Amino acid sequence: MNAINYIGMENMRKDLPLFKAGDTLRVHVKITEGDKQRIQVFQGVCIKRHNNGVGSSFTVRKVSNGMGVERVFPLHGPCLDKIEVMMVGKVRRAKLYYLRNLQGKAARIKEVRQR
Amino acid sequence: MIQGILGKKLGMTQVFVADGRRVPVTVVEAGPCTVLQKKTASTDGYNALQVGFSAKKTHRVSKPLMGHFKKADQGAFAHLRELSADNVDDYQVGDQITCDAVFKAGDIIDVTGSSKGKGFQGVVKRWNFSGGRATHGSKFHRAPGSIGCSAWPSRVLRGKKMPGQMGNARVTQQNLEIVEVRPEQNIILVKGSIPGANQSLVLIRKSIKAK
Repeated sequence: MNAINYIGMENMRKDLPLFKAGDTLRVHVKITEGDKQRIQVFQGVCIKRHNNGVGSSFTVRKVSNGMGVERVFPLHGPCLDKIEVMMVGKVRRAKLYYLRNLQGKAARIKEVRQR
Repeated sequence: MIQGILGKKLGMTQVFVADGRRVPVTVVEAGPCTVLQKKTASTDGYNALQVGFSAKKTHRVSKPLMGHFKKADQGAFAHLRELSADNVDDYQVGDQITCDAVFKAGDIIDVTGSSKGKGFQGVVKRWNFSGGRATHGSKFHRAPGSIGCSAWPSRVLRGKKMPGQMGNARVTQQNLEIVEVRPEQNIILVKGSIPGANQSLVLIRKSIKAK
């Protein structure tokens, strides 16, 4: 294996759950204030996964007080405590940018029926 | 101490450092370099070590160069460079210089390489001239425009920015930081980008400015 891939692999996390765009996630983010550390939860719909080895990231969108909020997280970053998959969504796109133009009931995503 | 090492730029990736920050790094395969000749003040007028990097098959080396390699008897190398060293006596011909002997994590370095060649380029790409407007009847698009005055001084001033060869020149990037040294793989991780294409030869030296 070449050195670039090898160094990237070393910096990747192996404890991540499987998820894709359309899934509802609870992202537990470590926040350091001075010498104290606490966990903040950001819950929303994953609208994008950018797969690029150790540089992978994902975008989570939620609507907070009527205002759409999107956060981009590095997938392999140590600032993430854990990622919980709350719901597996049924979508037909890899990038759900169309959700930005929808609101209320129209912005809902159906759940994949478990067999 | 020898002040530098030869290496091969492998490419870029990123690592996460202890406090969780994401750091872009260039991976350099640095050394091992073999000492082929010692130059001393008494014989050559200055102190330096000639080192070879990256072994080469002997049948691909020209005869005059092969004669030089035979004196050291360490095989043939693709790249030869002189590196300054203050105590040449500590080194013997045939010594291996590894990356961990010269550098450690946190060191500030200068990296020299050949920049990527762009060929013969006009002033817009080479010197960031604005160019003219594309439409509305304009006949002035990417031309350099006037290059000087008239009867006086009757010549173009030296250093005038004009079209020409861009890139493929020796470039030194100063004050870069070493993020990590991996002696078992002969790999150095340098923070940020360094000159040149992947797989090209780079010279890593201790920074001349940082103290």
